[in-house]
Amino acid sequence: MSIEDIQNEIIDEFSMFEDWEERYQYMIDLGKDLPLIDETYKTDTNIIKGCQSKVWVHAEMNADKIEFTADSDAIITKGIIAILIRVFSNQHPKAIIDANTDFIDQIGLKEHLSPTRANGLVSMVKQLKMYAIAYQTQLN
Amino acid sequence: MFNVEDIRKDFPILARKVNGKPLIYLDNAATSQTPQQVIDAIVDYYANSNANIHRGVHKLSQEATDLYEAARKKIQTHFNAQHAHEIIFTSGTTHGINLIANGFSSLLKQGDEIIVSALEHHSNIVPWQMLCERTGATFKVIPMNAEGELVRSAFDALLSENTKLVFVNHISNALGTINPISYFIEKAHAVGAAVLIDGAQSAPHIKPDVQALDVDFYVTSAHKICGPTGVGMLYGKEEWLNKLPPYQGGGEMIAEVTFEKTTYADLPHKFEAGTPNICGGIAFGAALDYMNAIGFDTIAAYENELLNYATTLLLQIEGLKIYGTSSQKTSVISFNLEGIHPYDVGTILDKLGIAVRTGHHCAQPIMDYFKIPGTVRASFAFYNTKAEVDALVEGIKKAKMMLS
Repeated sequence: MSIEDIQNEIIDEFSMFEDWEERYQYMIDLGKDLPLIDETYKTDTNIIKGCQSKVWVHAEMNADKIEFTADSDAIITKGIIAILIRVFSNQHPKAIIDANTDFIDQIGLKEHLSPTRANGLVSMVKQLKMYAIAYQTQLN
Repeated sequence: MFNVEDIRKDFPILARKVNGKPLIYLDNAATSQTPQQVIDAIVDYYANSNANIHRGVHKLSQEATDLYEAARKKIQTHFNAQHAHEIIFTSGTTHGINLIANGFSSLLKQGDEIIVSALEHHSNIVPWQMLCERTGATFKVIPMNAEGELVRSAFDALLSENTKLVFVNHISNALGTINPISYFIEKAHAVGAAVLIDGAQSAPHIKPDVQALDVDFYVTSAHKICGPTGVGMLYGKEEWLNKLPPYQGGGEMIAEVTFEKTTYADLPHKFEAGTPNICGGIAFGAALDYMNAIGFDTIAAYENELLNYATTLLLQIEGLKIYGTSSQKTSVISFNLEGIHPYDVGTILDKLGIAVRTGHHCAQPIMDYFKIPGTVRASFAFYNTKAEVDALVEGIKKAKMMLS
């Protein structure tokens, strides 16, 4: 599935929720179900420091697609990571570079990508794109 | 007679909604809200008296100068300084601390020692580390115990004739502990050291008497005391302020300038280079008027009641741990729910319209001591109510249910 198709699928899922509580409960559950990152990748070099919650990201190239794994010490942050991974993992670097994150706004989670949140997510999106740029350069 | 519902009418912001819910503002230790009386002082200044001060011969400039200097007098009276020129307007607590740290760089030498407490805010640690790097002086830390109290005997052991400056906050921003500053001041003076007290957290709750405390320097910010941001004050004993060199060069702080030599202005202007935050200073005075009209004893008694009420209810929540359990505390509760990140709790509370602070509160050494990434901090002001505490408790229970 393309990044856009996955984003539309997520927007559809979130449109079923009636209020913030249902949205957040879903995200918290996603956070709990996020596949564990290999502990050896939870290193200082893989850490993205927000002021409040920590985020770890690891990237690997499989064929011509990037596979991301990630983790956080805060569960709501993990929930959003789970969504971002679902969108960006197993995609071609070029598609990741070109993708936008407007869908976050459309599913009512815009506030989590605000810089004042200091939760590492803004940096995480940037980091995913940096990996994509790096791998794209290798492919060229 | 103190009536919290009447008090709340003075604060327009308390009527607004957040995320569709009535705002419950419990982040007062970060910044206090502003009463209409202070907002009026700001509007009135710009509508009627705005001019640059001290140098103008015209009527407006004189009016603005009078208002600004009257505010300095109010601050002097409030903190009971001996002279108005011992009150220096600053941009806030951090500015005041940097001014002193910079001033001491010309007084310290290799082998001298500075003592700071383990309860300090980052802004209180960094300027002294920089000062020590510049001068070769060393930096010692008063440790704290599990209750979040500074250990007096450890302080005694750190003191020596090499101690030149002791630097402690009156109240810890992260835990709310009220430190025994009279004890520290007396002991420090016995070895000839000066003492700087950070009053950012105490000024909203306690009316300090700088002469009775015999403190050498005291700094605070207006925005914690119902005033605006970007203004604060430094109190210094006249003899100390005369000893310290100016911090910044510019207008206002000079007496005479030629290309060969500049002579500095007298106190307080020596430390007030450039056009100051005139409106902010005036509003700072208005904020003190407002608080004093209610009365600090009344404020402290009511906030203490809120603290006790909240502490009792919060401790009934299973798995909730409070950090900072000294019997000497102001109305700040730092806590965590077992196994749950403070950021998650703060996010759910925000959705419920409840403003708390989460994180390390710029006091990472304290978090390291407790081995936690941070805490959720609820801090109460005299305009908060028991009903708001009840809402906080329900909010925490909801967060716990959703996040567990």
